Amino acid sequence: MADDLKDSILKYVTAEYLEEGADPIGYDTPLISGGIVDSFSMVSLKRFLENKCKISIPDEDASPEAFDSVNKIADLVLRFTRA
Amino acid sequence: MPNIGSYEERLKNFSWSIAESELGYEPGKGLNVGWHCSDRICLMGKGDKIALFWEGLGGIEKRFTYHDVRRASNTIGHFLHGLGIQAEDRVCLFMDKVPELYLGTLGILKIGAIGQPLFSAFGDESLFVRLENAQTKAVITQRKHAPKIRKILDKLPFLEHIIIVDHDGKAPLQKKEVVFSLDKADPVEHLDIHPTEAESPSLLHYTSGTTGLPKGVKHVHYSLISQYLTAKWVHDLRDDDIYWCTADPGWVTGTSYGIIAPWSLGVSQGVLDGGFSAEAWYKFIEKHKITVWYSAPTAIRSLMKAGEEIVRKHDLSSLRLLASVGEPLNSEAVLWSEKVFGKAFLDTYFQTETGSIMITNFPGMKIKPGSMGKPFPGITATILDPKTYEPYAETGKIGLIGIRPGWPAMMRTYWNNEETYRKKFQNGWYMTGDRASLDKEGYFWFVGRDDDIINTGGHLVSPFEVESVLLEHPAIAESAVVAKPDPINMEVVKAFVALKAGFKPSADLDLEIMNFIRKKLSPLAMPQEIEFVDSLPKTRSGKIMRRILKAKEWGEEIGDTSTLEND
Repeated sequence: MADDLKDSILKYVTAEYLEEGADPIGYDTPLISGGIVDSFSMVSLKRFLENKCKISIPDEDASPEAFDSVNKIADLVLRFTRA
Repeated sequence: MPNIGSYEERLKNFSWSIAESELGYEPGKGLNVGWHCSDRICLMGKGDKIALFWEGLGGIEKRFTYHDVRRASNTIGHFLHGLGIQAEDRVCLFMDKVPELYLGTLGILKIGAIGQPLFSAFGDESLFVRLENAQTKAVITQRKHAPKIRKILDKLPFLEHIIIVDHDGKAPLQKKEVVFSLDKADPVEHLDIHPTEAESPSLLHYTSGTTGLPKGVKHVHYSLISQYLTAKWVHDLRDDDIYWCTADPGWVTGTSYGIIAPWSLGVSQGVLDGGFSAEAWYKFIEKHKITVWYSAPTAIRSLMKAGEEIVRKHDLSSLRLLASVGEPLNSEAVLWSEKVFGKAFLDTYFQTETGSIMITNFPGMKIKPGSMGKPFPGITATILDPKTYEPYAETGKIGLIGIRPGWPAMMRTYWNNEETYRKKFQNGWYMTGDRASLDKEGYFWFVGRDDDIINTGGHLVSPFEVESVLLEHPAIAESAVVAKPDPINMEVVKAFVALKAGFKPSADLDLEIMNFIRKKLSPLAMPQEIEFVDSLPKTRSGKIMRRILKAKEWGEEIGDTSTLEND
């Protein structure tokens, strides 16, 4: 399940935030600190996760650090899925 | 002792000739910002001094001395000449914070062309509007951003060259694309600097308004005079400082105070390319021993949110002056920085149209947390009665900030929009569009905008622009966009949307609309919240009453509803 989640996050970020022809990203590619997803766009990524996984992520947990890679995002989602 | 010395003494006998003289500029003679920011510094014997140390994604680092900056900007200028770029042609810089953005700006200025820096996160629609308005002849960009330009190329007949600075040879070049590589180009030791003068156009910065399309603010080479002096007296920049301005040169701060001012002073500066991260930022300060740091309230509030423990993990003792710009700095942030960094962020205020700092806190001056500070010497600012445009006789009243025209960096016009430019002046005052009050000690206190423009994270977003694009979405019948309060960004965009028949509100549609705006305009313009409504409040004549929607968001009195259409 965790792998499926990571893959769907990776696919979504690639489709929504990368321009065509951009270098591909991996599970640990820095997304926020790497400038791929800026802090404003984070809101749309959070919305995607909440819609897809039927969870609610509190604003205080939606930090740039928590969203900085596919792996970290998956960890965050799993934390709120189990809760 | 700060460079400014005594603020009161400076007020008594101030003249912009102080800066002219220090820069070696004689009125009536030639003036070129690109030359002043590189060649002149080399001629002063500082050619081997580090001008720029840059860190990019993946930990890549590059260093440029002033000789390197001089040669690189010559090389870029020469390349542009070779493409047929002439004086006053518009050349857009559409890149992340890579060295070519900084060096390219000087190269464009050196050949007398007009630089048009644009935020690299702009979507194709935002890009089109700005390039079309300026009839831009060339865009310097990176391969990752080229697809946005390709999408709109057929609608831009004036655009002749798309210059890719990081082409890797993997994909073929497309229509009008050419490659330029700073690393591979033969460095140009000598470039004939175009004989620009004080009033020669230098830069076009685009800014959003409440209504209508974004406006191209035209600046001239003489802007250097006030940009230089404000950095010397407000940021207190000295020869041995290590300076870091976090602003992107796509915005006026990143050009005025991220390129022109520090380099005209011959100071070393750092650039960190990448998104916000408290850890990365503190590490950068510690590693390079940053002494003067110029940032924005949104970033400062994000640092506050990251907490104090992370600060303690880094040695930030090099910091001697902190300053902030873009939106009013709340008193909480000032007090926090005093506690955590041992010094307060100095709030500074200026606009795209003003080109350099207008009202500010100064080193050595008493700081009133939450105050904008006082006018820079040579700037006459006041609070005007909105009905008469006369200065209030008494202090403490809220009115419109007006500034006496004529400072060096004042915009000279809005590109192809002289009519709108003239409306910015009333009764002999430049109207900032901001409301404030003045206290008995001469400190200004920001209240808010006088119009519907949204200031999110220090950047202006036009509700009109967002509404117009919302209406392009197949599901949307009507829209209204207002500012919503936000603890980090001060304001964020909120959209009220009425759907066409056959469409129903849903979480998926909400996300689809957000992404639609983000990609067409920019992440800044993306509504952070969408509220689906059956209808929007309108006057009997059909005008959407945004004011009512905004008042509800801010918990304010709705005010007069006598013109509201009855349900």
